Amino acid sequence: MSLATRPKPQLDNWNRAFWEACGRGELTLQRCKATGKCFFPPAPVSPFTGRPEWEWITASGRGELWSYVVFHQNYFAGMKDELPYPVVMVKLDEGPFLLTNLDGMSAADAKIGMRLAVRFPGGPEGFSLPQFGPEGAAA
Amino acid sequence: MPPDTPLARPAIGDVWPMRDKVAFAGIGTTRYGNFPETDSYGLGCEALNAALDDAGLKPSDIDGLIVNRIPTYERFAEMMGINPQFCLLTEAPGRFSGVSLALAAQAIASGAAKTVALVYGNNGRSVRMMYGGGDSQWSPWGMTSPGAIHAMMWQRHMHQFGTTHADLGHVSKAFRDHACLYPDAVMHGRPITLEDHANARPICEPLKLLDYCLINDGAVAWIMTSAERARDMKRPPVLLSGYARQDAFHYGSAPPDDFWHPTLSATRSVYDRAGIGQEDIQGLGIYDNFSPTVLFSLEGLGFCKQGEGGEFVRGGTLSLGQGRWPTNTSGGHLSDSYMQGWGIIAECVRQLRDDCGARQIPDVQAMQYICATNIAQSLILRRDA
Repeated sequence: MSLATRPKPQLDNWNRAFWEACGRGELTLQRCKATGKCFFPPAPVSPFTGRPEWEWITASGRGELWSYVVFHQNYFAGMKDELPYPVVMVKLDEGPFLLTNLDGMSAADAKIGMRLAVRFPGGPEGFSLPQFGPEGAAA
Repeated sequence: MPPDTPLARPAIGDVWPMRDKVAFAGIGTTRYGNFPETDSYGLGCEALNAALDDAGLKPSDIDGLIVNRIPTYERFAEMMGINPQFCLLTEAPGRFSGVSLALAAQAIASGAAKTVALVYGNNGRSVRMMYGGGDSQWSPWGMTSPGAIHAMMWQRHMHQFGTTHADLGHVSKAFRDHACLYPDAVMHGRPITLEDHANARPICEPLKLLDYCLINDGAVAWIMTSAERARDMKRPPVLLSGYARQDAFHYGSAPPDDFWHPTLSATRSVYDRAGIGQEDIQGLGIYDNFSPTVLFSLEGLGFCKQGEGGEFVRGGTLSLGQGRWPTNTSGGHLSDSYMQGWGIIAECVRQLRDDCGARQIPDVQAMQYICATNIAQSLILRRDA
C-alpha cells in the first residue's frame, strides 16, 4: 500500500501528541483557552495570545474542501508510484487548514466547497496519516 | 487559519522621511545560463565589478555590503578586498531582494554606511537546485515546493472569482515577447503562443510549465548611495522615492487563503510615500516566481479590483508597445532570468536610465516594483529631475 512508503512525519515536542492521537484514529487540535479557537500546526503557545495556555481537543474530523492541486512532478522517492497525486487543502470545522490527500475518491471528483471527513487508512511504519473522503461515506 | 492578527495601518498621508534620499548609482548583471565552471562567488564578483565600473567606483569606495545567495559575507568581502562598516548576509527567499534594498537605504540614511554594494549570486542551475522535496510539515502528504503553494492559491482564485488558466497565458506570453527583445535573456529567440501556454506539461495542476519561473545561474549587483553623492558619479542617479512593506505570518504554514490581498493593499502607502501616483508611473516590475503572483500583485496594489486580474491582463495590458502597463520588460523570472527580484529591480533602474534599447519604455519617469509574498512589498523608483 502506497501510504507505507510516504515520508515520515518530523516529530517534535509539540506535534508528538497529535501523531499519537492519529495512531488511535483520532484527529486532535490544540485549542486556545482564552479565545476558544483552535490552531495547527502544533505549537508551544497560542497564536491568538502568545501564551502557553491551550488544551488538546478531539476535533470533529470534518471540514470543507478549500482548494486542491495535482502533482505531476516527482519530489519523494516513496511517492513516485502515486503520480499524479492530489493534495487537498481542507478547512476544518474548527477553523484550521490541513493539507492532506483524498481517500475513497479521485481528484476528478473533487469540488471546492464539498464536505469531507477524516479517515486513517494507513501510513509509514509507526504512523497513521489522516486522509479525507466524502462526508457520510463509509471510511 | 488567520488568527485575526491586526495589520498595521497603511501610513497614508504620513510624510516619509526617506523620499528621494537614496539612489542607485550602479547596476551590474552577468550572463544568464548554466555555468558549472564558476559558482555564486565567481558570479557575484563578476556582477559587482560590472556595477563598480558602471558607477565609476573601486572596491575601496564600498563601506557597506549585503550579500544574498552567496554562502558567506566574510569570504565574499575577503575576495573583493572590501572592509566595510556595515555588512550582512540576507535570507535566501526572493522577498529578500526588496528587504535588502530597504536595509541598505536605511543604513545610508542613518549614516551607518555611505556607499553600499548589494550582491546576489545564484548557481542553482549548475548545482541542480531542487525547489521542493525534503522533510517539512507537509511532506507526509506529498505537499512541497513553492509552485504547489501557488497552484493551491490559483485553484482557489479561479473558484472564487471565475478566473481561468488561460488568463495566465497573457502574463507568460507578454514576458516571453519581452525576452525576445532582450538578447541576454535565457529565453531570447524562443517565442511562445497562448496555445503553447495552454498545452504545456502540467507540473502541479492547475499550473503548467510556462507558469513556472526559470532556474538558471547568474548574478546581479546594485550600488546604492545617497542621492547627493550619486549625482557626482558616472551615471544619472535613479532615486528610491518610496518603499512600503507589510508582513503576514499567520497562515498556519499552509498556502494563504487570501492571496495576500490585505497586506498587498497595505503597501499602497508607497504612492503617498513616494509622492507619485499610479497615473505617474509608466512601467512595472512584478515578482513573477509563478504567473499567478502577477495577478495577485495587480489586484493588491489596486490596478484593478480583486478578482478582475484575469480580465485586466487580456488584450496586451502588460506588453511593451501595446498596453498601459509594460511589465517585466526584460522577460522577468518566467523568461529572462531567475534572479529573485534582483534582476527585475535592475531592469527598472535601466529603464529609468534609457539603457533598454529595443525594449525601452518611451518617456519613462517612474517605475514600480511589487512583490507578492508573506512579506508584501512595493517600491517606486524615479528619474532624478
